[in-house]
Amino acid sequence: MALNIERDEHTGTDTTGHEWDGLKELNTPLPKWWLYTWLACILWALVYFVFFPSFPYGKGYIHGLLGASSRNDVMADVKGFAAERNAVMSKVAAASFDDIRKNPELLAAAQTAGRITFANNCQPCHGAGGAGNPGFPALAAGSWLWGGKLEDIQQTITHGIRSGDDAARDSQMPKFGTDGLLKPEEIQQVADYVSTAFFGLALKDAAPASIAAGKDIFAANCASCHGDNGEGNRDVGAPRLASKIHLYGGTRDLIVRQVTSPHMGVMPNWNGRLDTATIKSVAIYVHDLGGGE
Amino acid sequence: MANVTTGSAPVTYNEEVVRKFIIAAIFWAVVAFAVGCYLAAELTWPELNLGYSFTNFGRLRPVHTSGAIFAFGGSMLFGTSMYVVQRTCQVRLWGGSALANFIFWAFQFFIVMAALSYVLGFTEGREYAEPEWHLDLWLTMIWVLYAIVYIGTIIMRKEPHIYVANWFYLAFILTVAVLHLGNNMAVPVSFFGAKSYSLFSGTQDAMVQWWYGHNAVGFFLTAGFLGMMYYFIPKAANRPVYSYRLSIFHFWSLIFLYIWAGPHHLHYTALPDWTQILGMTFSVMLWMPSWGGMINGLMTLSGAWDKLRTDPGLRFSVTAVGFYGMSTFEGPVMAIRDVNALSHYTNWTIGHVHSGALGWVAFISFGAIYYLIPVLWKRDAMYSVKLISWHYWTATLGIVFYITSMWVAGIMEGLMWRAYDAQGFLQYSFVESVVAVHPFLMIRLFGGLFFLLGALIMVYNAYKTIRGPRSAASMLPNAALAAGE
Amino acid sequence: MASRGFSHATIERNAFLLIILAILTISIGGLVQIVPLFTIETTVEHVKGVRPYSPLEQAGRDIYVREGCYLCHSQMIRSLRDEVERYGHYSLAAESMYDHPFQWGSKRTGPDLARVGGKYSNDWHYGHLIHPQSLVPESIMPSYRFLAETPLKYDNIAEKLKTLRIVGVPYTDEEVAQAKADLEAQATPGADTDALMKRYPKANLVPGNGHEVTELDALVAYLQVLGTMVDFTDPSAENPQQ
Repeated sequence: MALNIERDEHTGTDTTGHEWDGLKELNTPLPKWWLYTWLACILWALVYFVFFPSFPYGKGYIHGLLGASSRNDVMADVKGFAAERNAVMSKVAAASFDDIRKNPELLAAAQTAGRITFANNCQPCHGAGGAGNPGFPALAAGSWLWGGKLEDIQQTITHGIRSGDDAARDSQMPKFGTDGLLKPEEIQQVADYVSTAFFGLALKDAAPASIAAGKDIFAANCASCHGDNGEGNRDVGAPRLASKIHLYGGTRDLIVRQVTSPHMGVMPNWNGRLDTATIKSVAIYVHDLGGGE
Repeated sequence: MANVTTGSAPVTYNEEVVRKFIIAAIFWAVVAFAVGCYLAAELTWPELNLGYSFTNFGRLRPVHTSGAIFAFGGSMLFGTSMYVVQRTCQVRLWGGSALANFIFWAFQFFIVMAALSYVLGFTEGREYAEPEWHLDLWLTMIWVLYAIVYIGTIIMRKEPHIYVANWFYLAFILTVAVLHLGNNMAVPVSFFGAKSYSLFSGTQDAMVQWWYGHNAVGFFLTAGFLGMMYYFIPKAANRPVYSYRLSIFHFWSLIFLYIWAGPHHLHYTALPDWTQILGMTFSVMLWMPSWGGMINGLMTLSGAWDKLRTDPGLRFSVTAVGFYGMSTFEGPVMAIRDVNALSHYTNWTIGHVHSGALGWVAFISFGAIYYLIPVLWKRDAMYSVKLISWHYWTATLGIVFYITSMWVAGIMEGLMWRAYDAQGFLQYSFVESVVAVHPFLMIRLFGGLFFLLGALIMVYNAYKTIRGPRSAASMLPNAALAAGE
Repeated sequence: MASRGFSHATIERNAFLLIILAILTISIGGLVQIVPLFTIETTVEHVKGVRPYSPLEQAGRDIYVREGCYLCHSQMIRSLRDEVERYGHYSLAAESMYDHPFQWGSKRTGPDLARVGGKYSNDWHYGHLIHPQSLVPESIMPSYRFLAETPLKYDNIAEKLKTLRIVGVPYTDEEVAQAKADLEAQATPGADTDALMKRYPKANLVPGNGHEVTELDALVAYLQVLGTMVDFTDPSAENPQQ
């Protein structure tokens, strides 16, 4: 079939002589800049292949002259950076909280490390600024379950609460309802007592007799941990009941639920994820949120 | 017409199936864009997830991506490839009308079933390849039939040479077949259940998935749509293709190099370094071959640039090539490991995808649609050229809002995640970056709504054109015959 | 093009040649990049601790996949300093060796989850999945309350484990046989879990609601095991090369 090569008037280039549904093609040579840019890219790639890991063969691959490894790079990077911080952070790890407080350089580093570590790790449960969430204690409020001194906070962060760590803070409130230690009406009575005497609720349907009965039940079953006057006991993480701040909420129904089948919160131990200096920094940050002792 | 017509009876093309695919493409475009806007709104106001399983972001997102890529893009590719292959081979579509019709309805059925299965919670959990194994088998059957019809038509061609558009369509059909089979290797838990587990796991599975995922971009969204470009731009501009030699070089280099680029989705992951380096270097080597298509598209306009003033449909096609050039430059840049360290996992990637999907894929499709509707329905022209122009400007504005907001959001996220304070501690918590990008997610939604509005203008214009009078020429008895009716 | 020795016209005129050459051209890259990942032995590192998922964890993983969690959360800590400092040790290939399909993700609308296991208490996960904004007010995550209200369907859990065994997860006959019992033990308070913990060390016992296993129980069990299997204080796991 004869080619029908034409000269395109606008460009002065010949067509290839083919035509499809009225479409033709010009026989323009490859643009030089295109070709050279492409060759430059190829050359760059070839240089890369010489120096960096590239083509595989059977059971291995060409490692390249530099022996580069992104894993070695990041390990070195992390360690190098940690070493820089270590000038200060090793002192934070070694110093007592008192000494950290007295040293502006150490304190500034600890507060910075504490802030970001708290935001990345603790805030999802304890809220921004330690405001707390139902079931997750408000750290800024000063109503500590296990103690609000710096050392107490460090201990709690390091080993957690009911976390499975060997040194975790641990305790278990008896299941007064589900294990049949108290009858439902007794639980109702003790709830009447706790909510009026400690929570300060004015409940019209809480009969004085019920409250009086609840007081006796409380003294016999609860006071050993929560204290005769509902002051709590930090040795066993028993919450202070005579308070406006409540872990799960301040209603009588929640007291009934908790006494019947207590919900025991868990806090992870952070010793596997954070080093000592960082944990101490977080302790300082938490202590400074407003509730520290 | 020296070497085309052979003196035999005029060819009657199968345009009915093309008309169906074009209507379907317009329909799915609106659906995909609307779902996209809803998802953008969910990311801005999470209450819009409504608390139902089937309205949650995680289940709707594949409806959007599959809707845009496969329903809209796929219908465009089926339709235009069947149109182009007939015209450039000068023969009727091989295999008969019934087969072509079956392919159409089988594919639409696939789309509906895929979308339903996503919202009902059936997914293989592989991005852009979510349908479960039974739908994968159904699609495999459709694809085999499609390949047979397409290749059959090429073999029956009356023109001795195969036109460049068909090289690209062919590469798209063949490669998508290979990718689909390779990426969907899975073992069903039971014959009557939808659940299956992928044959590969972990690192190897990641590599297979992104070999597929990147080349869904490379061959579905690039090669296929380049085929579209190679027909509709020279046709609308009424100019010869700029360079046949460039076509050859960029075709072969593009299809050879694209397939290597997948690992750039996995930089710094547990994929070995050697694979990552290959992914990066081949992505950079792919830059110029991609641009070969842009050069051929744009330079074909030389001598016809004035047409952009009068033909807003062609303006869509040419702008599409511009966005194609921009995305295929941005892609290799983002494939460089140090850039990717910043951009990966951020909204920058989302912006990049949409500059390709909206700017290139959708725009080249709109150009083809505005060319095809008058041709396929035998109208003198579209109902309103002015409305095409309105579509063009609203859509362009939408893209600009979309990609600029995503650039800012993405780069900001990337910088915040890696920011260190003066004492060498991380500066921001993750949630601070969520708050920081929020305004830009709103701007993105705004851009998406503009793009959707443009598509609705197109729907109206198409409706009025199709409902309007036929062209006088098509009323002649011979014309009806030649049109295959 | 006759001036050259080879003319491209030969290919343009022969559809079969064009098809064959195109298939060859597009095959090379994939073969070079994928096949060696199976033949190069160091691709998946040899580290201790990685075990198949317990039946409940696997059921939870299926829900993670079903709900498209991977569309907003990655499970891949990249070997970059800030990621290691934010999320923990970079992810090893071995840690996802039993993941069918992999769920590394490609977008972080929310944070990475590769090492979320054990980072928060079960209580937090339940509360957060049911109403994310109640605990993280800035969050844009959807509510997954419906998972807590949907009983887990696990009649076919043994079939699932068997299917996973076909694709390479080394479940023993005993593990398949005990799949249902193990699943229930992990989600039932007070159940005898000795056998479960022996088969699946570090499995997280989820509290459940006491009368039925929900989809949320399974999902939390899965989330709580993520990234916990490898002990990185073991020198062999510290910086293995691929």
